[in-house]
Amino acid sequence: MNSVEEHNSNVTARFGMWIFLFTEIFLFGGLFIVYAVMRSKHDAEFHAAAAHLNVVVGAFNTIILLISSSTVAMSITAVQKQDKKMATRLLLVTILCAFLFLINKYFEWSLKFHHGIYPGSDVMLELNRGYVLFFSLYYFMTGLHALHIIIGLTILIIVYLKINNGQVNHKNYVLLENGALYWHLVDLIWIFLFPLLYLIT
Amino acid sequence: MSNHEEHIVPYESHLKILVILLLMTVITITVTVIDFSAWTIALALIIASIKVFFVLTYFMHLKYEILIFRALTLLIFLVFAVVIVITFLDYVYR
Repeated sequence: MNSVEEHNSNVTARFGMWIFLFTEIFLFGGLFIVYAVMRSKHDAEFHAAAAHLNVVVGAFNTIILLISSSTVAMSITAVQKQDKKMATRLLLVTILCAFLFLINKYFEWSLKFHHGIYPGSDVMLELNRGYVLFFSLYYFMTGLHALHIIIGLTILIIVYLKINNGQVNHKNYVLLENGALYWHLVDLIWIFLFPLLYLIT
Repeated sequence: MSNHEEHIVPYESHLKILVILLLMTVITITVTVIDFSAWTIALALIIASIKVFFVLTYFMHLKYEILIFRALTLLIFLVFAVVIVITFLDYVYR
């Protein structure tokens, strides 16, 4: 391939990634609409139920994701500058942040489970409908989001290995770009999830 | 390739965006702690939208992509807004 064709194929690859991201926006978008409608019907219960969530943990996870988003963006800069060491280090920060996020989520969910708040539990069945809706949406949305974190984490680990063995380099880094785009999407979703689930008390 | 390579975003500008995003997170939390009753959620969502704009434009390099990327992204968000409006019209006038 000559350089023009290569450039065009990279644009096409990114374009394909963006179209995929648009479908992801609608996947989560649908859940946000369910949330909005249910909240308009059960406003008081949603506010009271949200008080059960830990704002500190939520804020901590927001900060983790923002930092990881910036480091993955900077790793593209590093690859462009042919600074392999820097690129892998920055990517490693992102990967560690992803693990940290999941560990936080694990503890957060286990604490809820410990209090008997999980779909189908005896405690949940006793609660009134607004609470049940809120917690079902909470589990479904953060669960789907966590699944995306796991997928993004896997992709970034693959990219990390490929940068290390030179398959992803300053001439061909579209895989890193697309992996980064996916990771940013995960961040975008969380930017909306955090205020809607944690901050409405 | 050449076209894309011209836009090497310096580390510092990504760090600046990160600082802006972190500050906005602090503002969001502050707003909800102060509590402007009905306006709280509106403010939180407006700030979230600004954050999303920054992530899309700078982290996701939309600023440096060809026009169609930006046009389509805008279109998708508009379509989503229309879907929300239609859903609520359905619920309110049912």
